[in-house]
Amino acid sequence: MATATAQPVILERLPRSRSLRLPPWEKLTPLLLIAPSVILIAVFVYGFIGATMRTSLVRWNSALPDYTFVGLHNYQRLFQLDRFQADLANTLHFTAIFLAGCIILGLGAAVLLDQRLRGTLFFQNVYMYPLALSFVVTGTVWRWILNPNSGVNVILGNLHLDFLKSGWLTDTHTALNSLGIAAVWQMSGFCMAMFLAGLRGIPEELREAARVDGANEWQLFWRITFPLLRPITLSAVIILGHISLKIFDLVYVMTFGGPGYATDMPSLYMWIATFQQFLYSRGAAIAIVLLLMVAILIVPYLVWNLRGETEQ
Amino acid sequence: MSILVPAAPRARTRMTPMRAALYLLLLVLAVFYLVPVFAIIVTSLKGTVELARSTVWELPKAADLSSYSTAFTALAPSFFNSVFLVVPATILSATLGSLNGYVLSKLRFRGSNVVFTLLLFGMFIPYQSILIPLVQFLETINLYGGIPGLILVHVVYGIPICTLIFRNYFATVPRELLEAARIDGASVIGIYRHVMLPISIPGFVVVMIWQFTSIWNEFLFAVTIAQTPTQQPITVALQNLAGSLAPEQNIQMAGALMAALPTLLIYILLGRYFVRGLLAGSLKG
Repeated sequence: MATATAQPVILERLPRSRSLRLPPWEKLTPLLLIAPSVILIAVFVYGFIGATMRTSLVRWNSALPDYTFVGLHNYQRLFQLDRFQADLANTLHFTAIFLAGCIILGLGAAVLLDQRLRGTLFFQNVYMYPLALSFVVTGTVWRWILNPNSGVNVILGNLHLDFLKSGWLTDTHTALNSLGIAAVWQMSGFCMAMFLAGLRGIPEELREAARVDGANEWQLFWRITFPLLRPITLSAVIILGHISLKIFDLVYVMTFGGPGYATDMPSLYMWIATFQQFLYSRGAAIAIVLLLMVAILIVPYLVWNLRGETEQ
Repeated sequence: MSILVPAAPRARTRMTPMRAALYLLLLVLAVFYLVPVFAIIVTSLKGTVELARSTVWELPKAADLSSYSTAFTALAPSFFNSVFLVVPATILSATLGSLNGYVLSKLRFRGSNVVFTLLLFGMFIPYQSILIPLVQFLETINLYGGIPGLILVHVVYGIPICTLIFRNYFATVPRELLEAARIDGASVIGIYRHVMLPISIPGFVVVMIWQFTSIWNEFLFAVTIAQTPTQQPITVALQNLAGSLAPEQNIQMAGALMAALPTLLIYILLGRYFVRGLLAGSLKG
């Protein structure tokens, strides 16, 4: 079936027959070619995850390793900590605003850019350049913009919009959302690129046919375009969602988790617990919880892709 | 990937109210994305004295480049550390990725999809989940603390994305091309060297731009592993600049621009390839 829109796939679907048939004496060569990578990933990904799991089950909570087995004790303690409970709530709150911001801005920008106006390439490049920057640069600049004394509050004051002034990053109630503004600024272009690729993949005839049938542009978007973009939306939610769960650089640079624990996240607390407080087993337990949260999003996505491929 | 080639504008170009409204929306969005650029310009070109509170958003009366020279002096060594990190790490991970991509697209074996999926999972994991054993391992082999250790780390954890991009790239190569080479007597390695490698230049461009940008911008491994002050990559040095060396905003902004410049230039000059790498993990092009 010819697809009407760019499909979100991680694997190019390859029919089995496209592989080359090899004589017996060359059967081993492909395995030897990928062996270095397979061994490196086996050790550095799966072996190290295993080692982290082991660390999370022992009593290594000082600079000196202590491999006394304590079972799930570190996890029990972790979930009782106020700080970690705040981390989990923060990470979910942040993910919700980050996803909503990226999808609304990304879809809106993509629809605007798809209107066949002159000069859209310029705007497209402007919307996407933040993707080429590091979160450290983004954090450095937005830290200044969202500093209540120097940044956007000054503009609001000059415009006599004082009621819009805010503590931004320094207020426990607004800090997480302020962080979200910077994150959406950086990543919404990714969402836009995905949606735009999807929109450009929808044949104009399809929309033309709906127009002939008397659909207005509003109905056209919600009845034709948006349903065709659904797989891309799902893909964007999974990719951006896992980026959001892992977000570290931006928090480190902009707030380092503060004020209080208002912007603390599991990814940051793992680092602080391990490398500043030397609570290795606690750090390992946080890391495993974080890994599980990411795996819940990513593994079904990967398995779905794999299955789609073997069926052909 | 067709997204950088906009559809041709409709023939009629009369400025209707509808069009004006669309342009207005496009402009409002553009202002949002350009605010940080403006912030960098108005602060980095001012002397510390001129950074008074009520005029922070106004253009400087005269361009003062002193913050650039301060930032350059402070960050130049780490800028070159980043160069020495990024270049070998990019070349090595791209090479491994192209070999894997060749095998996993054209020489598939029983279980190769499972191997590929297990490789791919490595690009999604939060690196916190391997950080403790990684640091221990690097200490054991005496690579903890500096750029050589970081190169190893970026090569290893770059394998999944490089493999993915090359696999999808090689999948578009017709099998007939490879079979013709086989009839001419080429071995598996010979096909790679004489057929796949020469036609994979665009694939290499996409992968290398992607790896260059990601490694240049990376922070978690850098701040954990490259602790030695003389061995810091630019991201760590920029963050430390704010902490201790030069707390003035103009210097930080000049430093931010310096840290952003290489990847920004790549985006401006080779944006098409950058976007392909960006969407590689989520979309087929």
